[in-house]
Order: sequence, then structure tokens, then C-alpha cells
Amino acid sequence: MGSAVMIIVGANNIISPLGWTSEENYKNVIAGKSGISIQDNTELSDAAFPVALIDNNILATALDANMDIKGYSRLEQLSILSLKEVVSSVDVKSPETGFIFSTTKGNVEYLNSDAGNQGLYLAHTAQNIADYFGFVSTPYVISNACISGVAALVTAKRLISSGIYNNVVILGADILSKFVVSGFQSFQSLSAEPCKPYDANRDGLSLGEAVASVVISKTDGQVKNGAVELVNGAISNDANHISGPSRTGEGLFRAIQQTLKDGGNVDVISSHGTATPYNDDMESHAISRSGFSEVPVSGLKGYFGHTLGAAGVLESIISICGLKENKIIATKGLQQQGVVEPITVATENITAPIRGLLKLMSGFGGCNAAVYFKKHE
Amino acid sequence: MDVMLPYTLKNMSKVIKELIIEQGLVQLNGETFFKGDTNETVTFLKSLYKHIGLKYGKFFKMDSLCKLGFLATEILLDGVEDIKTETDEVALVFANASSSLNTDVNYQNSIAEIPSPAVFVYTLPNIVIGEISIRHKFYGEHMFFIQEKYNKEELLKYTDSLFAETQTKFAVVGWLEMGMNNEYSAQLMLCSK
Repeated sequence: MGSAVMIIVGANNIISPLGWTSEENYKNVIAGKSGISIQDNTELSDAAFPVALIDNNILATALDANMDIKGYSRLEQLSILSLKEVVSSVDVKSPETGFIFSTTKGNVEYLNSDAGNQGLYLAHTAQNIADYFGFVSTPYVISNACISGVAALVTAKRLISSGIYNNVVILGADILSKFVVSGFQSFQSLSAEPCKPYDANRDGLSLGEAVASVVISKTDGQVKNGAVELVNGAISNDANHISGPSRTGEGLFRAIQQTLKDGGNVDVISSHGTATPYNDDMESHAISRSGFSEVPVSGLKGYFGHTLGAAGVLESIISICGLKENKIIATKGLQQQGVVEPITVATENITAPIRGLLKLMSGFGGCNAAVYFKKHE
Repeated sequence: MDVMLPYTLKNMSKVIKELIIEQGLVQLNGETFFKGDTNETVTFLKSLYKHIGLKYGKFFKMDSLCKLGFLATEILLDGVEDIKTETDEVALVFANASSSLNTDVNYQNSIAEIPSPAVFVYTLPNIVIGEISIRHKFYGEHMFFIQEKYNKEELLKYTDSLFAETQTKFAVVGWLEMGMNNEYSAQLMLCSK
């Protein structure tokens, strides 16, 4: 039985090339801006390539106002700056407040410069960040490839439903390194142009950097209309291949079915939409098999690139902003839809009543995750 | 009046079987299942593979973390007739301290020459979940947590929530560690609702 506990989405923050607050990022998305540009950065790649990087000049300015975090790694600095915007809404000193850190590669760049650094260990990084704020509960660290951010949201929901926590602070964070960039290059997964999700001519993804934070809380039922509930979520595996998605969208289809097992109005789908040929076709299978061929699909990678362990948190926050404002967000980069199954990809911002939002993610290891949010009415 | 604790242990997870692989020794429910001639990680894992008599070509492509988790799960699930293939009812809930650092080091060393996609794919800890899922056709819930040291209680709390809220009826839960210098430890439990 699903529990009767109501769980809502609270304070949140995004740091990305499109801004340093959720509102600034959302405003720039609605204005059609992209954080992806051609960068010639030999620390990341021998050749110039399209990528969404967080501006180090802005970070330096932020650090001047936060001198006490200068000794942390870049990933930790950005994480602390993001969390500072949300933690005031919870009591971090309470054992009923949890902290979940979602990341794929953390401080992996230390392998190149300082291979003995304890910061290579993700739990150490999480504890460092938690200690800055004084969290008393032990951090949960989730590293499940590209579904990590949505897996963190699903985990938060479960830990609250189980009565373990009343509030959970989720941090999704990944930055880029030669390690990550060369890996995707070796797979020939990167497009030479900014990514084109669901396009007939899509030829790969664009990478991006982001840090995103959100507070998930149990409520006493006194919720005002328009608040956003985290209703349910699920994780499923393709059981098919470790580096390619199921051709039939098996795992993602199952994750969607489980997420919506108690029903729910889905008025928009915030998809994964990496713009690799296989991923977007796979998603079209899972979405049409679920009976959602007519539901607008909104993919956000054209604005932020693929932000890996941050993506599920970041894209959920942006889509929730849209849910609140009854705005279906255009899939940037799409010109001519070209996926194998019939789906309805949003090509422009549409104002329409939105009751519920389904967020999807898939990743290496055959993992898939879905989470369903609805507006409290 | 009862004191309300933040978390009330529901004891939903019943541990059916336990497996430990450490120091060249495999123990199943406290009894020796296999003792290798060597503790050297790669050779030991290969000898354990031979010992269980399985023919599974994909095994040889796996990195050491995947080999360890694959073999541990294989031994743990052997003879459990209630667990079927092609199912959503088996969850995989793992944790370790080193994530995929064992392979990350190998990949980092290859970058200067020719970065290998076959190595890069193993630079995520959850790939072992994919390998086990492929082998047994498990479509169910799964999660890879990173912990400073093995925190069994944290994993069992999460597993309880899977038993309470999802289709999960069985779960393989525990520790799968493969350190930067090939230090290994598997401590798995087979749990049922």
C-alpha cells in the first residue's frame, strides 16, 4: 500500500551556466537561452567542442564573498554555495533531517593531480559538505550513473514514507574533467554541435556542469493549493546491455508503470532526451507503450547539456517551475522530429493547464527511473 | 506510553542466506564454500569462477568489481527455487566505499594514449547491477550507495522501504568493495519480505 504521507517539494537552487538560482535558470530556459557553447579548453579536450561549463569568473566572485570555502574542491565549493540557498528551510541538526548526495564522478579529477586525496571517495566528499552545514545524520550517497538524481528523489520519498526522516535535502552535483569528456568521446557519443534531442539528424549528446539542491518534506496535510507533491517513483533495469539502452524501452516502460500504479494525470513528460540515436528511440518506445503518445514531451538537454548526476535534480526543478506556471517547456535543439515510435515532442513553450508531471531518466548499466509530481489541488 | 523513535524497525527483511568473500575465502551461511590457492584478486576470482562450473562468456569482459559481485550473487542465489528469472520481484541493493575507483585508475592511465570505451563503461559502480540483471533477467528495483564503511543498517532500512512500497519480494543486499589496490570484500545477504 502506498502510504498516506504527503510529501512536497520545497526550497531549491540550481547553479549552471544559465544562472545561480532556480528562478534565473528557469527564466533563461523560457527565453530559449542555452548554456552550451563551443569551448576550447585543453584541460577537458584536445579539440574545441560544444559544452555547458559553469563560469569560473562568477565562481571566483562568489568565493570572495565566501572566503571560508576557498579550501574546498571546485565541486564542493559549488555544492556548498547551492545548499546555502536551501538549508535554512530545515533543521540540519535534527536526526529527522536526511541528506542525499547524488553524483557520478565526484572529485575524479584528483586521479590526475593527487591520487592519494581522500576527496576521491564519494562518501568523504559528502561528509565534508554535510559537516560544513552541521548535518547530524549520515549522508546517503547515490551513484547510479545518469539516473542518480531521480534515484535520489525516489529514495528521499521512500525514507520519508518509512518514517526515517521528515525532511531530506538532496544535492545533485557533477562537474567535467578530461576523465569524463574523453570517456564520452571514446564512445563517440558527443555531437560536434549542440545536441538535438529527438531530431531526425541527432548525432550525440552535449555534456554540461551543474549543481542542484532541493528539499523534500513530509507535511501535516495543511498544504496550500499549487504546492507540488512528490507522489511516487520507481527504478527498473533493462536486463539487456550495460552500455546501450533496451531497443524496446523495457526497463523505462516498467519504471513508468510502477510509478503510476495508483494512477495520476500526466500532462507533460520531462524526458531524458540525451540526443543519442539509441536513447531517444528507446524513450519513444517506452512513452508510446505507456499510452502517452499524445502527451507533450519536454527535453531539457539543449539548455544545460547532460549534467550526469545533477541532471535528475536539475531537470526536475526546472520542470516543476513549469508545472507551477502551467508552462510546457520547448525541447531546444529539435528541428525535425525523427524517432521510431509516435510521440509528441514540444517544439515551443506552451501555456496549458498542467496537473501532473512525469520525469524520466535512463543510464549506463541498463538503469531507468521515473518520478511523478503533481500540483496539490 | 511507548517512546516514538524517529525510525521504528519493522523487521520486514528476513535474512535467508549470507555470503562473505574475503581473503581468498568464500563462506556461505558461516561454512566454508571455497578456499582459493591465492588471495591475489584476479587469480582468485578466476579460480572461484572455475569452481562454480559456470560457462558465461561475458564474465571475462567484466572488471574486478563486476566479477566479484557477479560471482557472489551467483553463489547466493544458487538453489533458491522461489526466485525466478524474468522478474520484477528481486531487488539489488549494494554499497561500497571505493565506487568504481579500481577501474577509474585504469581508465585514467589510458587517457594519454587511447581512451578505451570498453574500460570507460566500467567507471560506474552500478554496472555490476547491470551485469547481474542481464544474467538473471532481473528487471526490479536496484540501487548503488556509497558508504565510508559498511553500514548494513542503512541498507536494510532502504530494503524495508522497497518491501513496503514496491513489487520487491526478495532482495540481494550488501557490500561489494573493490579498492584502488585490488583489496576486495563481498558481504551479501539474501533477504525476503
